[in-house]
Amino acid sequence: MVKITFIQPDDSEQVVETEPGMTLMEAAKLNNIPGIEAECGGACACATCHVYVDEAWRDKTGSPSQMEEDMLDFAFEVREQSRLSCQIKLTAELDGLKVRVPAKQF
Amino acid sequence: MSSEALSGSEEGAGPIETDAVIIGAGPVGLFAVFELGLVDIKAHVIDILDKPGGQCAELYPEKPIYDIPGLPIVTGQEITDRLMEQIKPFGATFHLSERVEALERLPDQKFRLTTDAGKQFIAKVVVVAAGGGAFTPKRPPLAGIEAYEGASVLYSVRRMEDMRGKDVLVVGGGDSALDWTLSLQPLAKSLTLLHRRDEFRAAPHSVEKMRALVGEGKMRLLIGQVTALHGSGGQLEAATIKTKEGEERLDVDAMLPFFGLTMKLGPIADWGIALNENLIPVDTAKFETSEAGIFAIGDINSYPGKLKLILSGFHEAALMAQQAYKYVFPGKKLLFQYTTSSSSLQKKLGVS
Repeated sequence: MVKITFIQPDDSEQVVETEPGMTLMEAAKLNNIPGIEAECGGACACATCHVYVDEAWRDKTGSPSQMEEDMLDFAFEVREQSRLSCQIKLTAELDGLKVRVPAKQF
Repeated sequence: MSSEALSGSEEGAGPIETDAVIIGAGPVGLFAVFELGLVDIKAHVIDILDKPGGQCAELYPEKPIYDIPGLPIVTGQEITDRLMEQIKPFGATFHLSERVEALERLPDQKFRLTTDAGKQFIAKVVVVAAGGGAFTPKRPPLAGIEAYEGASVLYSVRRMEDMRGKDVLVVGGGDSALDWTLSLQPLAKSLTLLHRRDEFRAAPHSVEKMRALVGEGKMRLLIGQVTALHGSGGQLEAATIKTKEGEERLDVDAMLPFFGLTMKLGPIADWGIALNENLIPVDTAKFETSEAGIFAIGDINSYPGKLKLILSGFHEAALMAQQAYKYVFPGKKLLFQYTTSSSSLQKKLGVS
C-alpha cells in the first residue's frame, strides 16, 4: 500500500491508500480528490492535474521531463515544487507522499 | 433525394442548405460522415479548431491509442488521417475555425444553425459530436479578469492596428505567444513578453528573433508570472508580475495570455436540448436527444453504461444514421446492407 496525503488550499487533508503502479493523478481521481481535474485523462496534454510536491518528497518524485515542463507552461502559479500528477508513478518508495493541490487548475 | 449541398461559403449571403450538420470534427463526428453517407445523407461538418481530429489532433496527436478494433496501435493524428481518407467518397464540406452559436427549429421542422462567423445552415438533422465541448483559450484565473476580456485582455487579435501605440503584455512561451510578440512589437509603444521560464516551446527561429529584439532594447522579456490585474471600466492599466527578484507593477494597456486551450460546453447549453451535468442524455436505440432530429454521439452524450471511448462513438454514429434517415427521407424504407457485399454501397464508396 502507498499512503498519500493531499492538502487542499484551505489546509484540509485527505489521506488515501492506494496500490503501487498507478499514477498520482489516477489515485486522486479514484478517491475523488477535489481540485484534480485531469481533463485529458493522463496524456500529459492539459496541465489540469497540477500539484505541488512537499519539499521533503521532491527527491523521491524526481523532476519533470521536458514534455512535462512544456505542459507546465499551461498551469497557473507554477512553482519549483510543481508537477503534473499524471506523470508521477506511485511506488512503494513514495509511501507517505504529501502533495498540495493548487487553488486553481485554470 | 438528398438536397443539394452547396459548397462552402462562396455562395455568399444565403444559408447553406444540407441534409445534416455535424457539430464537431473529432473521430466520432468524422465517422458520422461515413455512416450518414452510406444512407445517402449529405453532411456539413463544423469545428472550432482549424483542423479535423478534435482531441485526437489537439491533445494527443502523437500519443498511441490501443483500443481501436483492428488497429493494435494508432496515434491520434493517424486515426484522424485514416478517417479523413475513409470519408472522402462522401464529400462532406468542412467549416473549420467556426463555432456554432445558435441552433433553432424552423416552422417546417428543419433546423437553422448560425456560426460565430455569421454563416448559416438549414439542415434536416443535426448531429452534436462535440466531445468535451468547444476548445476555447484558457482564461488565467486572475481575480476580475472577466471585466477586461474582449476590451484589453485578448486571446486573439482581430485587428493588429488596435494595438498601435499601446503598452502590450504578451504572456506565454509557445508559438502563439512568440508569433504575436513578433507581429505586434513594431506597432506597439512597448512590448513585454512574460513567460514562467527562460525556455520556449515556440519555433527556434521565432525565439532567436525575439531574443535579438530584446538585445537591441526594442522589447522586454520577463521571466515570471502575472499575479494581479489593475484597471477600471474594462480598461487594463497595469499588471502585477512576480519574478525571482520580487513583485513588479508593469503599466500595460493590453494583455494577451496564451495558456493553451480547454474544452467548454459553450452555447450548446442555450439550444433547448435537455442536459445533465454538461452532457446530453440520449436513448440508446437512436442516440437522439430530447429534441427530435437532434442527435448526440461520442463523449458529449450520456446514457446508462456510457463509456467515453472512440469505439463507442463509432457504434453510436451507425445507429444514429438509421434514425436520421427517417427525417431526411420520410416514408422511404431503408434496406440494411453490408459494405462487403452490397453493390450499391460499394458504388457510394467508389470501389466498384
